[in-house]
Formats: sequence, structure tokens, C-alpha cells
Amino acid sequence: MAQLLQHLINGLAAGTIYALVALGYTMVYGVLKLINFAHGDVMMVGVYMGYATAFALGRDMRSSLLGVAVVFAVAMLGCALLGFFIERFAYRPLREKPRLTALITAIGISFALSYGFQLDLGFLPGAAPRAFPEVIEPVEWLVIGDRDVVVWNWQVISFGIAVALMVGLQYLVFRTRFGRAMRAVSWDHRVAALMGIPTDRVIALTFMLSSALAAGAGLLYAIKDTSVSPLMGLYVGLKAFVAAVIGGIGHVPGAVVGGLVLGLVEEFVVGYAASTWRDAVAFGFLILVLLVKPGGLFGRVAAEKV
Amino acid sequence: MSDAQVKTLGERQAFPPLLSVDGIKVHYGAIQALKGVSLTVGKGEVVALIGANGAGKTSTLRAVSGMLKPSAGRIQFNGHDTTNMKAHQLVPRGMAHAPEGRGVFPNMSVQENLELGAYLRTDTSGIQQDLEKSFTLFPVLKERRKQMAGTLSGGEQQMLAIARALLSKPQLLLLDEPSLGLAPQVTEAIFRTLREVNATGVSVLLVEQNAHLALNAAHYGYVLETGEVVMAGPGKALLESAEVRRAYLGE
Ligand SMILES: Nc1ncnc2c1ncn2[C@@H]1O[C@H](COP(=O)(O)OP(=O)(O)OP(=O)(O)O)[C@@H](O)[C@H]1O
Ligand SMILES: [Mg+2]
Repeated sequence: MAQLLQHLINGLAAGTIYALVALGYTMVYGVLKLINFAHGDVMMVGVYMGYATAFALGRDMRSSLLGVAVVFAVAMLGCALLGFFIERFAYRPLREKPRLTALITAIGISFALSYGFQLDLGFLPGAAPRAFPEVIEPVEWLVIGDRDVVVWNWQVISFGIAVALMVGLQYLVFRTRFGRAMRAVSWDHRVAALMGIPTDRVIALTFMLSSALAAGAGLLYAIKDTSVSPLMGLYVGLKAFVAAVIGGIGHVPGAVVGGLVLGLVEEFVVGYAASTWRDAVAFGFLILVLLVKPGGLFGRVAAEKV
Repeated sequence: MSDAQVKTLGERQAFPPLLSVDGIKVHYGAIQALKGVSLTVGKGEVVALIGANGAGKTSTLRAVSGMLKPSAGRIQFNGHDTTNMKAHQLVPRGMAHAPEGRGVFPNMSVQENLELGAYLRTDTSGIQQDLEKSFTLFPVLKERRKQMAGTLSGGEQQMLAIARALLSKPQLLLLDEPSLGLAPQVTEAIFRTLREVNATGVSVLLVEQNAHLALNAAHYGYVLETGEVVMAGPGKALLESAEVRRAYLGE
């Protein structure tokens, strides 16, 4: 029983991180019908920005509340900027070209970032994984029984940040004027423009938003994993993409559910079977979902697309 | 330029100028859809654009509303050169376009669709008033305000598309085949509303395959054939012309 509870907690903590990254895939897919394969790598760059900031702040500063806030803010703003430039200079010129062109460009950017960050240029840390500094000093937040169940403070904080970001995003998409514009662009950007919606700006902002979310999620992942590496974007990105597809790509609540489901599935496989099975089961689960529901759990033809 | 070949019938009633399209050409890749179309719409005028399938009616409206950029020619609207403007820049200048196939947002409620029509407006009380006004024009939309637009019937979607376009407070309303696929009574209701809207001073550029309906409703009309205007004249005069009757009224 206690073991089950522990896995549940771990699974949810991992799942919220997948969900945040999955939201980025789903939002960009929503407005552009583009699978942004570079999304995970943008996340990785954000983690390095946070890494550099944490070191710049120094040991005492970075584990203070203010320090954590600064690390997240720098990474998220930096990534928003990166997302803006990628959209503006890589994807926008291809907007009216066949969709495959943009897809291949996305893969190109993904490789450029993930392999570019392995170069040894002095200012980049190089190919080897690095320990991510303890921006949140681990403290046991809740211990049940004889350490049957242990909840760490970073799990709670991570869960809290992820949930806050998701709730904020839901609000933005479904309750604000900008969100309505996003949903209109997602349905048909040509018709959206006829409403006076500046579609280019909406698409740019969507990229910035999804990149910022990715940076936040990436930092949470790095804190959990206590490491950072140039290839983490490919790995986490792929998992989050799977989560987005499980939920039904383009569907905002679907991405959240897909992330949570994937986090839980992986945790239970690791807990009750073997950790070597984790990825196989994750992708197997994807295939299973797609066999039963080709559009993902929530993907319907008339589904709410963002 | 191709004006020389336009056969013009009768006298045009005078309206102050609002829209002037001058020799526009439109290409889709290698396909040339418009070969130099010129037309004008006055303030308060209803102008019909008729023609067979593929004549270029939709392309003309798209160029006017900024959905696509003409490869040649000039468009002036409300005293500005709008040839190179994008659709979202034309809306605040008084252009509204209810596109072909209605283009409502099916995954949003009727109310949300209407509010999107007023996207650029900030006068909350004015928007509220105009919402009420569109519910008076189309009472069925009021009953369905919470319903997803995708679940409306074709006629209701058409009404929604027109009501939504009107919520931007346009000076010129571009309508692309409002009668398409609708029962005669519904079509009649829509055209009646169109006259009411026009009576409030809104100009209309109306694309229709139903030439009879369109020319009856219009002050002036243009006949488009394979990307060119071939004939123009007051609605009534075109209705009476033997060529139009033969080609477009099935006589
Ligand atoms: N997106 C497009 N890509 C390629 N060709 C197009 C496109 N849109 C229109 N065309 C072509 O341009 C020409 C004019 O099309 P347009 O839609 O303007 O005609 P229309 O008069 O509105 O016809 P309909 O009455 O069938 O709606 C046609 O030959 C059409 O095949
Ligand atoms: Mg057409």
C-alpha cells in the first residue's frame, strides 16, 4: 500500500513535467499544424541558461527563494526569446510551403542545438553530462511510517510550479482575449485574420509561451535528475511528444492528461517490473493508445484544438 | 486595361466612392485566376459580382479583403491604398469579409464567434448593443448562443457568419455566396436582412451564383468570366439583358 502511494507520488511528479513540455508541442501544433521537433532542445538550452545563472548566483544565493525565482526567470525569458527567433527566422519563411519542409527544418534545428551544445567552445560545457546545482536543497517534506513513503520538498515545489503553470495556461487559452485569438488561429488562421487578429503575432507569442514553459519544465527535470546534458532535450522531448500524442495532439487538457498518464505508467514499470523496460513500455503504451484511439485519448475530429 | 472589352449597360446611380479595384491580377502558382479585374463600390451601394464556377469571384473578394496579395493592379479603400495590406489591417479600416464556406469557428460557441467579430473593438457597451442588434436580426442565434457553432445548420451558420462580420462595424461587407446550399425561405430571410443592413449605410459587395437573387438585390452588378469582367450595369439592366439571361439565368 505504502509502496503504491510512493509510486503514485513519484509518477505524478514526473508526469507534471512531461505535461508541461507536452503542452508546448500541442500549442505549437495547434496554431501551426507543425510538430516542433526542436521543442525538447529549446528546453535543453533553457536548462543550460538556468545552469549558468545558478552558478553566477553562487551557492548561497541560488538556493534562496529569490535565487530560484531568478534562475527560472532567466531560463524562461531566455527561452521565450530563443523560441521567438526560431519561429521568426526558421519557420515563418516556410509558412506557405509544404508542411514537410517545416518539419525537416524543425529536425534540423533540433540537431543543430543538441549537437551544437556538445561542441567544446570554451563557453559551452561540452558533451558530457554535468551535475545540476542544487537550486532547491533537498529536504524531506513528508515521511510516512518507517520511511515507507517519502515526499521530498522539491517534488512538492515541482508539482506546485507545474500545476500553477498549467492552470495559468488553461486560463489563458480558454478565458482571455489572447486565448480566444489563439484558438481562432488554430482553427483557421486565414479566417482568424478576417476578425482583425494579427495572426503572425499570435503565432510568435505561442512559440514564446511554449518555449518558456519548456524551460520551466526542463529546470524541474534537471532538479529531479540532478544533471544536465546536451542530449536531454532529445530524450525528454521525445517522451513529452509521446505524452502529447497520447492525449491527442492539439488538445490542451489532453497534453496534461497524457503527461500524467505517461509519468505514472513509467513509474509503475520501474517500480514493479524493471527500469530497463521503462522506455519500451512507454512507446508500447503509445502504440496501444493509437491502435484503440487513433486521434489520441481526447483527439476527435471536432475536438477543441489549440 | 481590360476595361475596353467590358460591355456596360445603362446609367449607374451615383454614390460617393468607397472601394476601387483597378486591374488586379491574381495567381495561384502557375494558375492565373484574375487577369485584370476592375470594379468599384460606392458608399451605401450594393454591388453584385456574378459568374460561373471558377470565374474568379472568390479570388476577387480575397484580394479585396487582403487574404491574398494581387500580383498586379491597385486597390483603394476608404481613401487609402490597401493593395499590400494584410487582412487584419483592413478590419479596423472598415472591411468585413464573410468568406466562402462560411468559416465560422465550429469549436466555439455562437456567442464566442460573435465576440470574435468584435475582436478589435474596445467599446464594451457598444459591443453589447450590437450583439443585441444581431439577435434582433437573427433571433435564432439568440436561442443558440451557448451552442457550439459547428452544431448549427447550414443556414444558421450563414447567419452567424454575416452577424459576426457585422460586429466589426464595417463600412463594406464582402459576402461570398450567402445563399449556397440554403432553402429558399432561409435565403430570402438572409437577403431581407441584407437590405436592412444596407439601409443603415453599410455597403455590400455580394458574390452569388444565384444571379437572379443577386441582381435583384444589387444597385449595380459585374459579370465575371474566366478572370475578367465582361459586363457591367445596374442590377435591373443586367437582369433584362439577353446575354445574362442566357448565360446565368438559364433561359
Ligand atoms: N487555392 C487555390 N489554388 C489553386 N488554384 C485556385 C485556388 N483557389 C482558386 N483557384 C483557381 O482559381 C480560379 C478562380 O477560382 P475562384 O475560387 O476565385 O472562383 P469562383 O468564381 O469563386 O468559383 P466558385 O463559384 O466555384 O466559387 C479557378 O480556376 C480555381 O481553380
Ligand atoms: Mg467562389
